[in-house]
Amino acid sequence: MARSVSIQRKIGMTILAWSVGLLIFFPILWTFLTSFKSELQAISIPPVFVDFHWTLENYRTIQTQSNYLHFMMNSIYLSLGSTVLGLIFAIPAAWAMAFSPTERTKDILLWMLSTKMLPAVGVLIPIYLLFVRFGLLDSRLGLIVVLFLINLPIIVWMLYTYFKEIPGEILEAARMDGAGLAKEIVHVLAPMAVPGIASTILLNVILSWNEAFWTLNLTTSNAAPLTQFIASFSSPQGNFYAKLSAASMLAIAPILIVGWFSQKQLVRGLTFGAVK
Amino acid sequence: MATLHTKTAARAMMAPAVIVLLIWMAVPLAMTLYFSTLNYTLYNPISQPFVGFDNYSYFLADPTFLAALVNTLVLVVGVLAITVIGGILVALLLDQDFYGVNIVRLLVIAPFFVMPTVAALVWKNMMMNPVYGVIGQFLTAIGLTPIDWMTEVPLLSIIIIVAWQWLPFATLILLTSLQSLSADQKEAAEMDGAGALSIFWYITLPHMSRAITVVILIQTIFLLSIFAEILVTTQGGPGSQSTNITYLVAQQATSYGDIGAASAGGIVAVVLANIVAIFLVRLIGKNLDA
Repeated sequence: MARSVSIQRKIGMTILAWSVGLLIFFPILWTFLTSFKSELQAISIPPVFVDFHWTLENYRTIQTQSNYLHFMMNSIYLSLGSTVLGLIFAIPAAWAMAFSPTERTKDILLWMLSTKMLPAVGVLIPIYLLFVRFGLLDSRLGLIVVLFLINLPIIVWMLYTYFKEIPGEILEAARMDGAGLAKEIVHVLAPMAVPGIASTILLNVILSWNEAFWTLNLTTSNAAPLTQFIASFSSPQGNFYAKLSAASMLAIAPILIVGWFSQKQLVRGLTFGAVK
Repeated sequence: MATLHTKTAARAMMAPAVIVLLIWMAVPLAMTLYFSTLNYTLYNPISQPFVGFDNYSYFLADPTFLAALVNTLVLVVGVLAITVIGGILVALLLDQDFYGVNIVRLLVIAPFFVMPTVAALVWKNMMMNPVYGVIGQFLTAIGLTPIDWMTEVPLLSIIIIVAWQWLPFATLILLTSLQSLSADQKEAAEMDGAGALSIFWYITLPHMSRAITVVILIQTIFLLSIFAEILVTTQGGPGSQSTNITYLVAQQATSYGDIGAASAGGIVAVVLANIVAIFLVRLIGKNLDA
């Protein structure tokens, strides 16, 4: 008796949870479906869900007319470039903070967090003018540096919380065995730090990929990533829902997949380790 | 000797990260402060006379500024209200036992990975368009008159779009916190005859308070600088009905070329963000000590 009640409850919960999940996911699902429709089917009244003539035409058009690959490559360059640069600066810093903490380590960490609270418009004007002066406007290099700097605090924090979990005794034991600093890092620390570093890379790639203040203000075409590519669809020209949908799917699919794999680490990274 | 050596090494390892961040913060901020005292427009780049606080009085006296300030606050508070309350409800739902938990989790989290320009354009056209949008068609089908979201309720439209993007973040963090609540505590309360509602109010909600604080703090930082969603949907309009401070400042610089006024606006935005930051850091500090 009790068992059938609990199964009934579970079925009820299943219906409710799936309804809520599908409602939240609906705009993405709808975009996905629309991307395979013809422009006329995309605006048909009443809307068609699945029984339309599926076509890949929109994806072809997007590549030939809008040069999707150019923007996609820029997104890849920017997110990987800023991530690599971030790791080069953040790994030593987080390592030092985790294993040789001083009384000022906490202050430095909090100060780094506070730089994230500086609104971007407060520094937009000078960065824009400096970029004009040094010919960095619409250049990949300039944008990589900016993305690296805005995400550096998050990378340091995230690595710090991971490194702190590596027991210090292991390092001491290695030192007692006569391992030098280089050996200590390569043989002892690196293998234990790899999962944390991998999560940090994933999160930083997601954040850089979707960054839409600096990428929109500092690029026009040459270094423009996918955020800018999609923004060019903001002034509608005729029937364009199907093409907009195909472009949107192409822009979000890579990061949606990366994101789904790294959802656990996301909580940790974005809360500066405050919620695990 | 060894500790001295380690300390020097540690400092050397921290220095590059600290120095680049310091430069990134201090140099542009000092330049913004300097520009904000000049009569500096892109159309007359030769002469930039010093004007003291004129840019500030110009910016602050502009009726658009007051509108933008109110819009910024409404935007932040509106999105926070929807995402925190909605996030708690969805987290409670995902914490239940049902078939396909993992798939539903993926569905709920997905909007967070959608880049702002995509989210805004998909909502503006395919959801909120009064004729062809899904919402409009649904309202027509049940006999109601669809509204033109972007012109009739521009700020609400942006709140909905941004809330959709941030609901997954709130849900994910609140769910993580919810799952660390021990079952014993709930069972004990149940044995004492506590109802589901009082368990939620006296046990679950206090347990989640720290996570809720974190959600509010982090979202506020990002929500104060909403930009892309406004740029590709309403462009701040109609009039200035959906202009926030970030959009107003960027517009002063890129559309009107008024570097002086834009810089003054930037400094105002920094001051506002600091007020919020101090308030929130205290709040989170209290919570961390507890």
